[in-house]
Amino acid sequence: MPVGYGRVVVSEADCAADAALLTDLRGVLSDRARDNDFERGLYSRDGSIEGSAPAIVCLPTSTAEVAEIVRICRKHRRPFLARGSGTGLAGGAVPVGRPVVVATSKMDRIVEIDTANRIAWVEPGVLNLDLSRALAPKGFHFAPDPSSQQVCSIGGNIANNSGGPHCLAYGVTTAHISALEVVLPSGETTVFGGLDAEPPGFDLRGLFVGSEGTMGIATKAAVRLTPNAPAVRTLLLDFDDVSEGSAAVSAIIAAGLVPSALEMMDQRAIEIVEAFAHAGYPTGAAAVLLVELDGLPGGVDAGVDIVREVAQRHHVGHVRVAADDAERALLWKGRKNAFGAVARIKPDYYLHDTVVPRSRLTEVLEKVYRIADAYGLIAVNVFHAGDGNLHPILAFDRREPGVDERVKAAGRDIVAVSIEAGGVLSGEHGIGLEKRDYMGMLFSAHDMYTQDVVRETFDPDGLANPLKIIPTGSRCSDSFHQNVPEGAWV
Amino acid sequence: MNRQSSGGSAPPSEGASTGPPDAGASLAANIAAEVTAFAREVGSSDPVTVVGAGTHWEVGGVPHAGTREVRAPAGVWEHEPSEMTVRCGAGTTVAELSAHLARTGQMVPLDPADDAATVGGVLACGFSGHRRLRYGHVRDLVLQTRHVDASGKVVTAGGPTVKNVSGYDLARMLVGSLGSLGLLAEVILRTLPVPAASQWLTGDGDPFDAFDLLYRPSSILWDGRRTSILLEGDPADVAAETSKLESAGFAPCEGPPPIPAAGRESMRPSDLRALAGTEGEWLAEVGIGLVHRHEPVQAAPVSQANAALMTQLKQRLDPQNRLNPGRRAW
Repeated sequence: MPVGYGRVVVSEADCAADAALLTDLRGVLSDRARDNDFERGLYSRDGSIEGSAPAIVCLPTSTAEVAEIVRICRKHRRPFLARGSGTGLAGGAVPVGRPVVVATSKMDRIVEIDTANRIAWVEPGVLNLDLSRALAPKGFHFAPDPSSQQVCSIGGNIANNSGGPHCLAYGVTTAHISALEVVLPSGETTVFGGLDAEPPGFDLRGLFVGSEGTMGIATKAAVRLTPNAPAVRTLLLDFDDVSEGSAAVSAIIAAGLVPSALEMMDQRAIEIVEAFAHAGYPTGAAAVLLVELDGLPGGVDAGVDIVREVAQRHHVGHVRVAADDAERALLWKGRKNAFGAVARIKPDYYLHDTVVPRSRLTEVLEKVYRIADAYGLIAVNVFHAGDGNLHPILAFDRREPGVDERVKAAGRDIVAVSIEAGGVLSGEHGIGLEKRDYMGMLFSAHDMYTQDVVRETFDPDGLANPLKIIPTGSRCSDSFHQNVPEGAWV
Repeated sequence: MNRQSSGGSAPPSEGASTGPPDAGASLAANIAAEVTAFAREVGSSDPVTVVGAGTHWEVGGVPHAGTREVRAPAGVWEHEPSEMTVRCGAGTTVAELSAHLARTGQMVPLDPADDAATVGGVLACGFSGHRRLRYGHVRDLVLQTRHVDASGKVVTAGGPTVKNVSGYDLARMLVGSLGSLGLLAEVILRTLPVPAASQWLTGDGDPFDAFDLLYRPSSILWDGRRTSILLEGDPADVAAETSKLESAGFAPCEGPPPIPAAGRESMRPSDLRALAGTEGEWLAEVGIGLVHRHEPVQAAPVSQANAALMTQLKQRLDPQNRLNPGRRAW
């Protein structure tokens, strides 16, 4: 019989249990196991809008230490939660059930760069952009490039199967992971996948990527190296009409081009980004497209011509082609820092993530604006148009009474209109807590049951980041709810 | 049966339609009916095996004698070129899928040795074709799957859009599982534009040097003596890289050498160098680490921890061992 979550959760009042757990963890980690209020507070949140404090924060430096932590958690029947940089936007790293947080930030070594096999072995705490910088002298990079790439970790990318603008041509994280060293919820250490062409058996590696820490903790990864393209061209196109911009997106793809990135920003985004980045974005435009083409020079030049021609058919205002790397970097600076720039209009934001068919972009964007209006929020759109991946930003001020509820309700409506349009729940941020209860919009009860059976195979005791991804009630006991700490979002 | 909703301007359907709502709805209903009929045929009790084209029937062991045979639905159901996705029955042959997509200049580079193979068969084996070097593993082409599980119920995994991370990635679990965890009924795959130019070259040059010389070649095949290289892309680029290879002693040729089909030996790409001068006939995929042989190859063992997880997965998802009994993915 499956063990319900309820049996493994310790109530907040059970201080004695926390103390005994801390003593055991200190035996392995010494002062790198911490229970002071300051650090528990620091690790109570991720990039989403909710949080609850963990019991203890651990900062291991090796696979052996992670395995020990997991074994100690098992002994104490306490949930554990792996955490990278905490930039996740779906609440995947929000502690639930007073867990032990296993922060991987001190496991940040690039262990080996193996160009013969075109992989690098890295620890989970290595930051995404640091990896690509380390690979640059050898002519390679790590393809997934989330907007948070300056601070997000490879371990977090693996947990969320993260994307980024350049995933349009290169695919999301799972396509770039050859092998994973994993500490299983049993405390055993194993390797999923491999450097060889066809590792035998079921693709446990593929199941693990995107499982948000619910199947164990990745302690090392063999990531694929993507060769840097010999030629890159970046174009900025502006449109007086959002629907012309969206139509141009579909037309570029239909013309047989696969740009390495195809990003869109709406009028409000253009204004706030320009005020911050001074990249020369046309502030009067209704929408801009940022198009990047890379590869060998012939294909890139031909692609630029096709983009120009398609854009003209869709009444483009200006076509600006970055003259050099500096101008290219400037155009991207605006895009990659758009979320932070939202602070210019409101102190808080809630960043959403859904995917719709490209042909439905205009219609869904219009609905997003209407939803934001209805809840008295401001919607700003900066997104991966090339793969239909919407990222509506709902800007708000937390100090306004009742605003959190309005933000959540608007988020739910955005998910609903995306799915109605033939889309999905998430393109690259994951499910976490944020969208867990929306899984039923996309999946049947039996679909979710099957997913939970697979999850349970890895973690029969429900200790690994419990209550994420699959809604409660899919199969296990719901008694957990009585034991959830105050303020937790479940 | 083969209903086709596609064509350059045809509306996509099932939630993605901009055309008459009833057309999309009826297509969706027809697809659903076909998948449901397959599920009914699979049923929930006796041992059952799904038959594709049988081009790799021996992989993982043949099913127990007397196991009831079923066939997955066939047909290219939806293809919208500007979405770069295609929905088809798992029983569709690769030849039919390729012909359909070619009309709009698209492809799904599944590349089985014999294109009579079915889409479901290719995915169940999890065997990528000779262009994996450029296009990646076949599992990365799969966006959504619908399979029939051991209880005879339909399970959907993944999502219909080119990008999705909605829940656990059961689609990847099914690729390479030889139908032992569920029987594929329907898939949505990512399509790619057919490259404008394509050129095979062959020569005695070192394949590893050639790999380092080229930017994303589509294939490098090596038999220990001859190297064959496929370049694809823009005509100017293919011409430029062709001249580079001609300077290195390669010459254009018609196509790839025959690829031995009996065995696939998996190793690290860097281990291929050690094959130089070894006995026997083989053909290696440089940069990938796959060696095609004329004789069956024993699969590498899996670790104890992984074997335990795989055994558990099989037991939990197919407790009666009724899905492709006798066939093992490891």
